[in-house]
Amino acid sequence: MKVALLGNPNTGKSSIFNLLTGLRQQVGNFAGVTVEKKQGTLKINDVYHQIIDFPGTYSIYPHSEDEKVVYNVLSNKDNTNYPDVCVVVLDASNLRRNLFFFSQIYDLGLPTVMVLNMIDVADRNNITISIDELKKHFPAAEIVTSNARVKLGKNRIIDAIKKTATNNASKTLFIDSLSLATVDDTEQQEKEAEIRFAKIDELLPSFVQHKPHPTKKETWSNKVDKVLTHPFWGYFIFALILMVIFQFIFSFATVPMDFIEEQFGLFSIWIAQTLPDGLFNDLLSKGIIPGIGGVAVFIPQIAILFFFLTVLEETGYMARVVFIMDKLMRPFGLNGKSVVPLISGAACAIPAVMATRTISDWKERMITIMVTPLISCSARIPVYTLLISLVIPNTTVLGFINLQGLVLFGLYALGVVSALGVAFFLKLIIKAKGKKKSYLLMEIPAYKTPRWGNVGITVFEKVKLFILDAGKIILAISIILWALASYGPGDRMEKAVDHIEQVAQENQVDEDTKSDMIASAELENSYIGIMGKFIEPAIAPLGYDWKMGISLITSFAAREIFVGSLATIYSTHDDGGENIPLKQKLLKEKRADGTPVYTLASGVSLLIFYVFAMQCMATMAVVKRETGSWSWTFYQFLLFDVIAYAGAFLSYHLLS
Amino acid sequence: MASDFIKLSKAKIGDYLVVHSVCGDDLRAQLLELGLTMGSKVKKLYTAPFGDPIAVDIEGFVLSLRKSEADLILVMN
Repeated sequence: MKVALLGNPNTGKSSIFNLLTGLRQQVGNFAGVTVEKKQGTLKINDVYHQIIDFPGTYSIYPHSEDEKVVYNVLSNKDNTNYPDVCVVVLDASNLRRNLFFFSQIYDLGLPTVMVLNMIDVADRNNITISIDELKKHFPAAEIVTSNARVKLGKNRIIDAIKKTATNNASKTLFIDSLSLATVDDTEQQEKEAEIRFAKIDELLPSFVQHKPHPTKKETWSNKVDKVLTHPFWGYFIFALILMVIFQFIFSFATVPMDFIEEQFGLFSIWIAQTLPDGLFNDLLSKGIIPGIGGVAVFIPQIAILFFFLTVLEETGYMARVVFIMDKLMRPFGLNGKSVVPLISGAACAIPAVMATRTISDWKERMITIMVTPLISCSARIPVYTLLISLVIPNTTVLGFINLQGLVLFGLYALGVVSALGVAFFLKLIIKAKGKKKSYLLMEIPAYKTPRWGNVGITVFEKVKLFILDAGKIILAISIILWALASYGPGDRMEKAVDHIEQVAQENQVDEDTKSDMIASAELENSYIGIMGKFIEPAIAPLGYDWKMGISLITSFAAREIFVGSLATIYSTHDDGGENIPLKQKLLKEKRADGTPVYTLASGVSLLIFYVFAMQCMATMAVVKRETGSWSWTFYQFLLFDVIAYAGAFLSYHLLS
Repeated sequence: MASDFIKLSKAKIGDYLVVHSVCGDDLRAQLLELGLTMGSKVKKLYTAPFGDPIAVDIEGFVLSLRKSEADLILVMN
């Protein structure tokens, strides 16, 4: 049996889903579209039934990509997801609007369960619902109450689903003069809305008693709203919350991240020393394990970010943020809802691009996807910190501001400013799809305490999705890069190593230095070393040499690999910490004419390049999937890299 | 009596209003489906900084909409 879970947004539908399925759920997409499909199993009398959570919607007629799924499935009996039973979740404290959608589903003639959720909120608002009266108008439906927040109502819902099979009540429709309109027939849809609401408004007093509080109930929530949407305090509090989130992502998250990095490092070494030498050992210890480590290291940040975002969403605060940011974002072709992806971009662009799905306007969504990767993600941090400590003097300006810190802040600001600038540019050149103007119709839900179970499940699902999505690509590229770095044409690498052995013998260098020198020589003569030298003419105008070229190429797996690659090519170890030996080597590095390689000019040029360049293959794959086209992905790549090249070129020549 | 109707966007904050009609536009169906049908009771609650978007209570739930959308809705006191 297939059970469809339907309902308006903000009715606690996902809580009901979690209540019914527990952790027996999987997240995927509806066939052919990037609309999230949550599926779970529901056990009734030892038989497992499939339960599908549909996107929340106010009407059966779609106004966004997400909502189309509901219409497409329910209007087509042959659809693979066509349900046997519909469970519609209603917010009991707001029956009028919720009954509109329910009556549409009811009139499809499918066995239907009405779940009056949030019955506690209705109670608190002095709303009493007479189920017997309600039942008179929907005789074929099973009606139950629930309070999913406190896990109340699971058995009632299951019993109701069972009862639908034996319900022999007359299938009188709520409104029998209507039939399902086509998606494009807005005139018919408008008529239907007027007819349904007229009937609901007429009947509502017969089953809902609303005794307003003597002292107005909304005042508390309204007072909070006045502060959170205040022209000063609204933005101030939002900025404060952002600072707390970033403090956690950038500062506290480093503890588990360092731990993960260290464990993978140790595991790599252990494998390298335990397994017999050879191809398999190298593949595992230098390709696969560091590749998995490179994915795993981001898990703490992504989990923390989504923990905060989900809590803000659950409490209802996020709707207020969208509300106060909408007007500010609009001149840039963005939407108040673009704020969430842009914040997420500071951790990782991959979940951020996926978070654009809530933006219903096509053009605003495309622009948001196009600019989100410009927000400096956490993979850039190791690159920024290494280069800043290398070329920016550690002094204070204006007496108290640390110059290195100021530059780091400047790079982040540059990312944000350029995201807005590019958005503005794209707004002018992208044509809107269809004639519909951009709009923002969004419910501002009542404040609630977060449901920690839901938060936990959401964080778990987001992390899982990141590992599956980004993980396979980062891993694949890590393996390719390992192969390119481990092999060279003919016996080039062997010859280079022999040469180093000879030099080492003559100069009596110790074993550690020798192995570092060998690693460096091997990398130089590998395919990737050859590629680095091949691109040198292209990057020389930016102030880079072939060694940086190699590191740039390896950044395509993940930007932070830049540091590790530099460490190898300069025959030191990436110690994962201060990188003092690497820094000393880099500072001593000289060009053919004797001038240092790492100067203010080349360092800043590299920093600018990393701010703008699209280097992350995993992001590109997600952009391709979410935009549904390679051309968007290609234009984005082209645009970012042109800006990166031009910016790096300019800064190099201005500073040298 | 057309002068008795004003656009929702022009109504004062805190005003209790009754919807008269929603003007023909691509958004009309969507606004009606949210319950902004003739005779429904709404209250203008507050606006975002810079006066846009605005928050309106529609028979028990709060909807935010941009000024341009509120322009489509005719209300009376």
